[in-house]
Amino acid sequence: MLRYVFRRLLTAIPTLFVIVTLAFFLIRVAPGGPFNQERGLSPQIQANLEAQFGLNDPLWLQYVHYLGNLLRGNFGPSYNLPDFTVTELFAKGLPISIQIGSSALLLALLLGSILGTIAALNQNRIGDYSVIALATAGSTIPTFVTAPIIQLVFGLSWKLLPIGGWGDGAFINKVGPVLTLALPQIAIVARLMRGSMIESLRSHHIRTARALGLSDWSVVVKHGLRGAVLPIVSYTGPAAAALLTGSIIVETIFSIPGVGRYFVDAALNRDYTLVMGTVVVIALFTIVFNLIVDVLYAVVDPRVRYD
Amino acid sequence: MTEIAATAAPPAVVGRSLWGNAWARLKRNRAAMFSLYYLALIAVVSVFGPWFVPHEYTTIYGDYVRTPPSLSAYPKPDMIQGALSDAIKRMRVDIKEWHQDGSRVVVTVTSTKPIDDRNVRYLDRSDAFHDTRIENKSPDGLEATMSSAIKQQYFLFGTDNTGRDLLSRTLMAGRISLAIGLLAGVVAGVIGVVYGAAAGFAGGRVDEVMMRIVDVLYSLPFIFFVIMLVVFFGRNFVLMFLAVGAVLWLDMARIVRGQALSIRRQEYVQAAEAMGVGQRGILLRHVIPNLLGPVVIYMTLLVPQVIILESFLSFLGLGVQEPMTSWGVLISVGAKNIGYANWLLLFPAFFLVSTLFALNFVGDGLRDALDPKDR
Repeated sequence: MLRYVFRRLLTAIPTLFVIVTLAFFLIRVAPGGPFNQERGLSPQIQANLEAQFGLNDPLWLQYVHYLGNLLRGNFGPSYNLPDFTVTELFAKGLPISIQIGSSALLLALLLGSILGTIAALNQNRIGDYSVIALATAGSTIPTFVTAPIIQLVFGLSWKLLPIGGWGDGAFINKVGPVLTLALPQIAIVARLMRGSMIESLRSHHIRTARALGLSDWSVVVKHGLRGAVLPIVSYTGPAAAALLTGSIIVETIFSIPGVGRYFVDAALNRDYTLVMGTVVVIALFTIVFNLIVDVLYAVVDPRVRYD
Repeated sequence: MTEIAATAAPPAVVGRSLWGNAWARLKRNRAAMFSLYYLALIAVVSVFGPWFVPHEYTTIYGDYVRTPPSLSAYPKPDMIQGALSDAIKRMRVDIKEWHQDGSRVVVTVTSTKPIDDRNVRYLDRSDAFHDTRIENKSPDGLEATMSSAIKQQYFLFGTDNTGRDLLSRTLMAGRISLAIGLLAGVVAGVIGVVYGAAAGFAGGRVDEVMMRIVDVLYSLPFIFFVIMLVVFFGRNFVLMFLAVGAVLWLDMARIVRGQALSIRRQEYVQAAEAMGVGQRGILLRHVIPNLLGPVVIYMTLLVPQVIILESFLSFLGLGVQEPMTSWGVLISVGAKNIGYANWLLLFPAFFLVSTLFALNFVGDGLRDALDPKDR
């Protein structure tokens, strides 16, 4: 197992390298630069700024510099928020995004699994149909619609939640964003769970367990769940990577100071280093979570072996 | 899921084609058929509706900013006084007395200077009145009585922040959102099918390389791509959404390639090969008809994806630009105004969400109808 993890981490290096290279040159090909604002700076100042950040060097040299810095863990300064380095920006925003994202993910896994199991146990009955209807609604309505509606209903009409803001991480401030983020995930998890639970309950060992007279609870939770949980495990990997790196929609609507907004703002302002930082962080999260999922796979299903 | 009513068919019936079969099955699916009609309705209303709404989607009614939706005509009785005193204030005269006379208001104004007849234009300029005339004037010209017809206007969906009719804007937005969905969906579909089919057909090394390219594109954050395209194509939204369509083809390529590979290995294809049917014949007779099913199903998923993506980009302010509008633009304006004008969010959101639902049900129906394994 350890050897497998090690090997996977090794193969991640070329992937990361390709992604960094592609992103680096793509953002550089885009017209404009970090200091071409609408109200232009005087050419002299712009030239000085560009010289200071080494933007006048040939592109390949900048690339080599960037890679060198990256290997030393230095993401460089942010061009548009000159008081901060990219590392500082992430140190500030990432914990917030991770809190929101992980809460949403946990909520989705818990609620989604329960709903999916309920649906599977009541196949083609009212319980099933209501879960399917809920799942369809959850996965169809986009977050930029649910978020303002949650604000409208819970914030403005019922006055239960604040309309937005981080409030230094107060619980009540997290409810809205977490709920918004979790809804579509709940829908997907419930759907996956329903399908795989139906499948799992049909298998031979479940029939054996039932024949042995085990209680419903123990059949479903101890034996059925174990077989049914695999698709959810593999879904969790990419979902976790996406959720924990921040959602621009949710963070914008609820005014959460996470990292979700960085990507768009940075790309629009040609804040090269911040764009690259975001790409690297997202790629790292994706790689790590996919690895965790594959390891979990072997833990959950003893038939899966990595040698 | 559904069964064919084979028992009810008279004995002389000719066999149905794959598509005839699928259509019959789709017709039996009530949710899908209802959604199909609903989509047709939304499309017709969005395309032709703006010509029938008496307001242009760009016309600004200064007196009707953020008017709530209402089935009865504006101005409301209690709004007449306000509109009247606003207009009279602009005339720089004082109201002595006013009353409503049927569909007209009669107002008597006084001033310290002689009143100019051209002052009626101030009443006509108001969105609430038209056809103003001087009824009579005192000999010294310091007092005048004017009458003005009340301009009846309907704002069924209310008006937005700048006083534009939300109904015509929502319909116009539907036009744009649906057009973009179709346009970019077709672009993505065509690229995906051609690429996937080529990879699946070529097989071997070529396939390997082509699919590696897809993998690499997959691994880049999707939003990064989209934003790069926005950066390149800027404000030209037709070009931009063609480009967005060009990004969404990856899934389609994978699906088509997988299908093409598996169809080529089917026994009936091998049989055709053994009987000496050429590549072209196999492609036209066996591969393409069998590919169409998954392609059609995936297309119905692709169109809502594009519509969501468009709304998402417009929500961020990167997509369709004012005064042109789309459901995403309207929802983003609505989200910023939920505190005092929630109809700005609710109407466009209803249109968008119901369209997405309908597309979803049609997609599900098609999947049930076209996938012979899933019965």
